[in-house]
Amino acid sequence: MFDDLTSKLDRVFRNLRGVGKISESNIRDAMADVRRALLEADVNLQVSRDFLARVEEKALGQEVMKSLQPAQLFVKIVHDELVALLGEKEARMGTAKKPPTVIMVVGLQGSGKTTFCAKLARHFKAKGRRPLLIAADLQRPAAQDQLQVLGESIGVNVFRGESKNPVEVCEAGLRHARKISLDPVILDTAGRLHVDDELMNELDRVRKGTEPAEILFVADGMTGQDAVNSAKAFFERLSFSGVVLTKMDGDTRGGAALSIRAVTDVPIKFMSVGEKLDQLEPFHPDRVAGRILGRGDIVTLVERAQATLDETKAAELEAKLRKADFNLQDFLDQLKQLKKMGSLTDLLGMIPGMGARMKNVQVDERALKHTEALILSMTPFERERPQVLNASRRKRIAAGAGLSVQHVNRMIQQYDQMVTMMKQLRKAGPGQVKRVFGR
Amino acid sequence: MGLFNKLKQALTKTREAISDKLAAVFKPGRKLDKSLLQELEDILLSADVGLETTDHLIAKLQEAGRKVGPDADADALLREQVVALLREAEATPPPQGAPHVVLVVGVNGTGKTTSVGKLGKYYANQGKSVMFAAADTFRAAAIEQLKIWGERSGIQVVAGLPNGDSAAVAVDALQAAANRNTDFLIVDTAGRLHNKANLMQELEKVSRVLKKRQEGAPHEVLLVLDATTGQNGLNQAREFTRTAGVTGLILTKIDGTAKGGVALAIAHTMKLPIRYVGYGESLDDFDPFDAEKFAESLLGERAEASAN
Ligand SMILES: Nc1nc2c(ncn2[C@@H]2O[C@H](COP(=O)(O)OP(=O)(O)OP(=O)(O)O)[C@@H](O)[C@H]2O)c(=O)[nH]1
Ligand SMILES: Nc1nc2c(ncn2[C@@H]2O[C@H](COP(=O)(O)OP(=O)(O)OP(=O)(O)O)[C@@H](O)[C@H]2O)c(=O)[nH]1
Ligand SMILES: [Mg+2]
Ligand SMILES: [Mg+2]
Repeated sequence: MFDDLTSKLDRVFRNLRGVGKISESNIRDAMADVRRALLEADVNLQVSRDFLARVEEKALGQEVMKSLQPAQLFVKIVHDELVALLGEKEARMGTAKKPPTVIMVVGLQGSGKTTFCAKLARHFKAKGRRPLLIAADLQRPAAQDQLQVLGESIGVNVFRGESKNPVEVCEAGLRHARKISLDPVILDTAGRLHVDDELMNELDRVRKGTEPAEILFVADGMTGQDAVNSAKAFFERLSFSGVVLTKMDGDTRGGAALSIRAVTDVPIKFMSVGEKLDQLEPFHPDRVAGRILGRGDIVTLVERAQATLDETKAAELEAKLRKADFNLQDFLDQLKQLKKMGSLTDLLGMIPGMGARMKNVQVDERALKHTEALILSMTPFERERPQVLNASRRKRIAAGAGLSVQHVNRMIQQYDQMVTMMKQLRKAGPGQVKRVFGR
Repeated sequence: MGLFNKLKQALTKTREAISDKLAAVFKPGRKLDKSLLQELEDILLSADVGLETTDHLIAKLQEAGRKVGPDADADALLREQVVALLREAEATPPPQGAPHVVLVVGVNGTGKTTSVGKLGKYYANQGKSVMFAAADTFRAAAIEQLKIWGERSGIQVVAGLPNGDSAAVAVDALQAAANRNTDFLIVDTAGRLHNKANLMQELEKVSRVLKKRQEGAPHEVLLVLDATTGQNGLNQAREFTRTAGVTGLILTKIDGTAKGGVALAIAHTMKLPIRYVGYGESLDDFDPFDAEKFAESLLGERAEASAN
């Protein structure tokens, strides 16, 4: 249904190439497709308009029209402009002059505040600090219990006040933290709508009562056009100092990041990438730009590989991926390794240029067992040279594994896709590969 | 810096202008021409309707414009089209089971547990007996949360232990509901992102074991969609339908400024009906879906003058 931008731009640039010389109207055509892609990525309509105006100016002004590789240059301009707008990476957290540092966490209902508070506490604790979580959501059923359970799981104190007033709970919690020298103090507030005046005022009172060094606005990464409205309203009331983008472990393109950044000019400080409390990452504008453009997230892929595999294995994987030479024995080994890193569908989605291509290919995790059985029923020769697998060989292999020839065919198809994917990776250009593997 | 200020201003204007814009678009006597279509397109895209469905609606209007001429009432036509799309997606209500099992699914934080509470109250208000199954055994304090909703409307909750097997809880609850001749069993499930194969398989299992216990169960599978969701909602609908056989949507949080236009896109492209809407955090902030009202919230109230 929706192609991602990669395939779109591919097409646009093929068209551009086709006409030989590029005219202003060609560029306008390409812009139209970029616009569609931004909108499919949920970048706000007005934000995309302003963004496109900037890109068009650059594209027309620069040597795109004369360039031998207009496509590459065009993508680069769009990408760089996105990165510039998404802002600096790994913005620092503010600290109070006199401890404890108070961090207030706010946002719409269900955006992921409570989970993020616990993640942040865990993050500080790992650095040797002694954080305190304050359960200031007195509204949602069992919200305090939720924070309590999360706090216990990471060994962080959770303050639950007696008062029914969240402002008082926060103030009491802060006094408690001062008394026993806990720092930082993280306030988990109730979710609320930006149009709810009464509740927005309450946040303002919490702010005045606790003087936070940092106010973080937690936004769901799947948010659509409305992101600008809520972010702007929260910003006008609270002048929050940082943004947290959650649920980025999904397949959202995350255009909301650009929208929020554009209306508030506040840095995005963290990305939340899972329900587990260690799934928190600093914000990487270049990766999110890639995502918005549907170009996949190869860096995350490699990082995940490094976190999951031991170093030699990771190096092997890198080498294999880089060389894109890869037989079925490797395929078997790598499938097993890859499986440790998460779902294959997830992983393949992170490969640049693979988003669209893989979209309709269902990677069945259970098929791994079949794959294993099939490869095991091949001769070493066959594993090394899959191209020799003719019909009679396939029949024999299927019988050996107790499966059908269709299974063999499907497996070979998957293998072929993997090889294509790796070629793709190489084609992504030296710059990209270096960025990925160079650190 | 200059850019941001400019952008901020522009956006304020956009937001403030949206109702003015609607009024202008639907000003009586306005011709159904290219510029009007452009403005309508902006309105639909800003409401998260998405490109495909927006293109579809605009094409329909163009067609009407050609037939009726530039004096066609664009406002009425667009409303008709939106309502028609939603009606097309309406399915015949599923056969009633005894107990009638409703499985509630969706990505994290959309309002599933709250909607289970509200739906239970809705059935109870009609004099039906209801039971809840706390099959979210994963999220911290999810069971407590559902129990509080149960208490608020006197609905019994069948629960297991935290981190237990959610399919087992669902089956226990179905047994309990059957034993007591309960009319409705509503199963709350953990939030999960649709791209996580293992979590989706777990959901498939819940659905499968229910079916094994009772032919036709789950009779309804409701996907809870947060109205603030953008185009990712389409992926959610597609994947949850594939694994869990979604039969309809609950659109939540329409009390905010988001319009939930992606639900229209889902109705259009997947023919999935919107069944209920949630508009607040209390039990009664919940209604069966009404297509006209939805069109109205999407496009603004029909201007008096042009109604003549
Ligand atoms: N997959 C995924 N789920 C997340 C992430 N962050 C939070 N969640 C889940 O999203 C749901 C809502 O998270 P909460 O932390 O309760 O959200 P909240 O903003 O505190 O919600 P309210 O207090 O009700 O406004 C839970 O199911 C969390 O487990 C994330 O980064 N990825
Ligand atoms: N304003 C508003 N808030 C809602 C609505 N429905 C639910 N909420 C709030 O959204 C937040 C999340 O709701 P839950 O019912 O816990 O969501 P969930 O889908 O069960 O979340 P997980 O189980 O963590 O995935 C809570 O703060 C609810 O009070 C609604 O219609 N309007
Ligand atoms: Mg919370
Ligand atoms: Mg829930």
